[in-house]
Amino acid sequence: MSGAVASTVTFREALREGLRAAMAADERVFLMGEDVGRYGGSFGVSRGLLDEFGPQRIRDAPLSESAFVGAGVGAALGGMRPIVEIMTVNFSLLALDQIVNTAASLSHMSGGQFHVPLVIRMTTGAGRQLAAQHSHSLECWYAHVPGLRVLAPATIDDARWMLAGALADPDPVVIFEHGSLYAREGEPPGPGPVDLAHAEVRRAGSDVTLIAYCNGVRIALAAAETLAGEGISAEVLDLRVLRPLDADAILASVERTHRCVVVDEGWRSVGLAAEVSALIMEGAFYDLDAPVARVCSAEVPMPYAKHLEDAALPQPERVVSAVRGLGLGPR
Amino acid sequence: MKAMRMPSLGADMTAGTLLEWHVEPGDRVRRGDIVATVDTSKAEIEIETFDGGVIDEILVEPGTKVPVGTEIARIREAESEAAEAARATPPPPAGENAAPAQPPLTGESAAPTRSPSLAEPSPSAAAAPAPSPHVHRVRVSPLARRIAAERGVDVAAVTGTGPGDTITRADVERAAQAAFAAAPAQAPPPALAEHRPAADRHASLRAAIGALMARSKREIPHYHVAQVVDMSAARTWLDAYNAARPPRERLLLAVLLLKAAALATHDVPEINGTFDNGVFAPADGVHLGVAVSLRGGGVIAPAIHDADGLSLTDLMQALRELTGRVRRGVLRSSDVEGGSITVTSLGDQGVDAVYGVIFPPQVGLVGFGRVAERPWAAGGMVGARPTVIASLAADHRVSDGHRGGLYLASIDRHLQEPEQL
Amino acid sequence: MTAADREQRLHLLSEMLRIRRLEERCIELYSSAEIRGFMHVYIGEEGVAVGALQALTPDDNVVATYREHGHALVRGIPARSIMAEMLGRMEGCSRGRGGSMHLFDAGTRFFGGNAIVAGGLPLAVGLALAEHFRREGRVTVCFFGEGAIAEGEFHESMNLAALWQLPVLFLCENNLYAMGTALERSESQTDLPLKAASYEVPAWSVDGMDVEAVQQSVRRAIEMIRGGGGPCFLEARTYRFRAHSMYDPDLYRGKDEIAAWRERDPIDSFVARLRTDGDLDDPALGLIEAAVAEELDDAVAFARAGTLEPVEQLARFLYTEAVP
Repeated sequence: MSGAVASTVTFREALREGLRAAMAADERVFLMGEDVGRYGGSFGVSRGLLDEFGPQRIRDAPLSESAFVGAGVGAALGGMRPIVEIMTVNFSLLALDQIVNTAASLSHMSGGQFHVPLVIRMTTGAGRQLAAQHSHSLECWYAHVPGLRVLAPATIDDARWMLAGALADPDPVVIFEHGSLYAREGEPPGPGPVDLAHAEVRRAGSDVTLIAYCNGVRIALAAAETLAGEGISAEVLDLRVLRPLDADAILASVERTHRCVVVDEGWRSVGLAAEVSALIMEGAFYDLDAPVARVCSAEVPMPYAKHLEDAALPQPERVVSAVRGLGLGPR
Repeated sequence: MKAMRMPSLGADMTAGTLLEWHVEPGDRVRRGDIVATVDTSKAEIEIETFDGGVIDEILVEPGTKVPVGTEIARIREAESEAAEAARATPPPPAGENAAPAQPPLTGESAAPTRSPSLAEPSPSAAAAPAPSPHVHRVRVSPLARRIAAERGVDVAAVTGTGPGDTITRADVERAAQAAFAAAPAQAPPPALAEHRPAADRHASLRAAIGALMARSKREIPHYHVAQVVDMSAARTWLDAYNAARPPRERLLLAVLLLKAAALATHDVPEINGTFDNGVFAPADGVHLGVAVSLRGGGVIAPAIHDADGLSLTDLMQALRELTGRVRRGVLRSSDVEGGSITVTSLGDQGVDAVYGVIFPPQVGLVGFGRVAERPWAAGGMVGARPTVIASLAADHRVSDGHRGGLYLASIDRHLQEPEQL
Repeated sequence: MTAADREQRLHLLSEMLRIRRLEERCIELYSSAEIRGFMHVYIGEEGVAVGALQALTPDDNVVATYREHGHALVRGIPARSIMAEMLGRMEGCSRGRGGSMHLFDAGTRFFGGNAIVAGGLPLAVGLALAEHFRREGRVTVCFFGEGAIAEGEFHESMNLAALWQLPVLFLCENNLYAMGTALERSESQTDLPLKAASYEVPAWSVDGMDVEAVQQSVRRAIEMIRGGGGPCFLEARTYRFRAHSMYDPDLYRGKDEIAAWRERDPIDSFVARLRTDGDLDDPALGLIEAAVAEELDDAVAFARAGTLEPVEQLARFLYTEAVP
């Protein structure tokens, strides 16, 4: 491909370019995780990087989530800028102690003496028939923890540039990459940087706000397109940052549209959509013309059979339906 | 037992439609409490009781149109304090069992303190200052409720079209637009509780105003006098006054004009009063009607009572409140009753002078045009000064041009000494 | 035995006494409710921390557990800071945020103070990993109890450290009881160095009640590690004379057993040895005790006079305030 500029890139390629650029720019940066080196990354994100940066900096780890995430914390304390890749959020449960009790707590607990400039990347989400133990969307668990910053790139630009911002953050950052987005193609990323604080309106609208993150953004956009055909103008807000949530952007949108549907692949009970809904109730109650609706995954461990999985996950049709349930559109 | 009757809320009102009761039998009321909303031909007006006591019986159902003077409710005397107390909620026991300021368990209004030992609520809410309306459980979105409050729309009368019959913003806005429609003055059809579409009401309002003005022209021999008044002193004084104050304390020029018009009636009292059955009755005070144009066309002239005694600040406040109530379509009966002279100011519209039509049974209508720079000769010199043309339309049966002229001269004098207003 | 040696030995004694008296004060303050929450005292185990920390330089890293008052003191955190921290004062080493279980000090590279059993091991591995990249000459010593060996994190950390040949000393303070659970009820294989050796890590045991033996062993291990020999595992056999924590009724140990171990009190036996060797007499001991008492009196007074962090600052340091 020498000299030729690709007309589109994949989400995966954008992530890889972000990794490569970060490693080239700062010697302290290294990548550690299962199969990140020789295998090229279980989702192919780090393919080719071992050859470029060597086994010290593209470091294959044994299946010891707790140890290598904790080691990431220690290495960060020791002056490095580690990027720890936990293969999926499903396996991150084994490292929760190190993430919550050490990484997130250390600064506050030590009275500000130690900060942990650690970046953790995890793949998340369902939709590829990987069944119950490989299909979780536990972003809300991490968004719940003070001391962490939680990012959710949904676009090529964010895939390319969020990592740089995360590495510059002196405190722990968790980045969720939705498994269904890796292969999606789009225009090559623009110039960075991107901020790590704001949500972004991906489609402007006036009748209802659709709030989403990661794969949900794609679903919300599809729903908005369908709704436009029915004369309903839906605004799509990409959260981008799950902790801290951009309350200003959320409220500003709902204050204009007066109706809201939150799309969240996590389970409905006690989830991220519940937090967004509470936020809207607190800040924009007197601007609501209908209750906030939530479109979430069904309250079941994710089944293997395709039709069951499809039924369990948020889909554009369910979002359209939810919008109609707010009193918009044909009756 | 006292009778409450359908009040007359305008010179042309012959009947009114009882839209909604805000009290029910057993409620305790004081003189001045709002008890119902009535639809006159021009607006929805909250009517008050002039008697205190306990509502004994409601005689007219919502939606019914009855002639002015018809008995609509009966009020009985309040029992003695002791008797009331005996029937009222016993005071909550002190100590652990007391439940102070418990929030209402349901949507109904709660007594101020609620004893946990009470088996059922007392028939009359002890010491409730104003009887709270019984709101049936209507689902209203927060946005709709907010807009309803801003526009003065009663949500209980709105039909909801949202999911589950929820009242939404769109429903409230529809109702707000329909709020200014009026029933035709002659041969009214059977009264309906629901609001008519906006176009119908607008036409009815026009018809009602037309009837009133026609009657005025027909019955009252009008004469007109006018005078150009030098406003430079008033303008200068006002600018200085306003410059020294924050915006919310500033005065409009119109307030000076109103005060001057009110005070000038002291010099020519036969401009201030009513003419009825061939007899002029001077008013007991200067109750200044202020002509306010309605959105969608038409004009209404609610009164500021005892305007001559109000300070400029108070007059400004009264004017602001009155205009607000008119715009929201929520006038009180005291607003539209008892005007003794009316002022109309079309300065905003840019006319130089107003030659108006008197609102019967009044005998005078004062007009002010716009304040404009006009050539002025004083002391042998010609210059430009801010001036306004003050005019008077008056009932020739009660006064003549000479007296009318004196009245305008008095207004002029008052406006030359604005600090005395 | 040179004068320098004698000085060094008296120093060891003094350090152990500082810990012992500090812990005794803490017990008093806890009983009077000035110290709250969970508190785990090190009485009986002083020989291990004192012996081990003598072998380190200020550039090395120390990771410890919730039974870390002694380690913190001997590592160099002032008694005032420790005491103020225990009393929840802003002048404490963790700003009053941590209490007994979370003593931290960046200046002495003391990385806590960890309340999760085995939680510090991956952290220590990470610090050693940083050294692997940065070559700053640092060794990381990770103190943990034998209870941690049951946790997966121990095995993962041993494996990772050995795999990557990281400069970390895993120092297991085996006091035979993980809270109320005796070792033989917790481990199928109670030979701890054997377990460690299965990870291809040099491992041996030392008598934790003998401060000089500990010192010697740790020096040897550190030398190996600094020489590039990868991680080491050291089991220090010791015993805590008091219960696991202030809440523990200590029903799982026999009185006889405790009495037998008390015979081997690291301070008493070292004092006896010093007297025998002519390195210590009563006046000298008296001087040491007096100095320790004075230091602790001062520390307690300082702590009691300390300030409480304003509540408005509750959220400070959740994230870094200034970019380093």
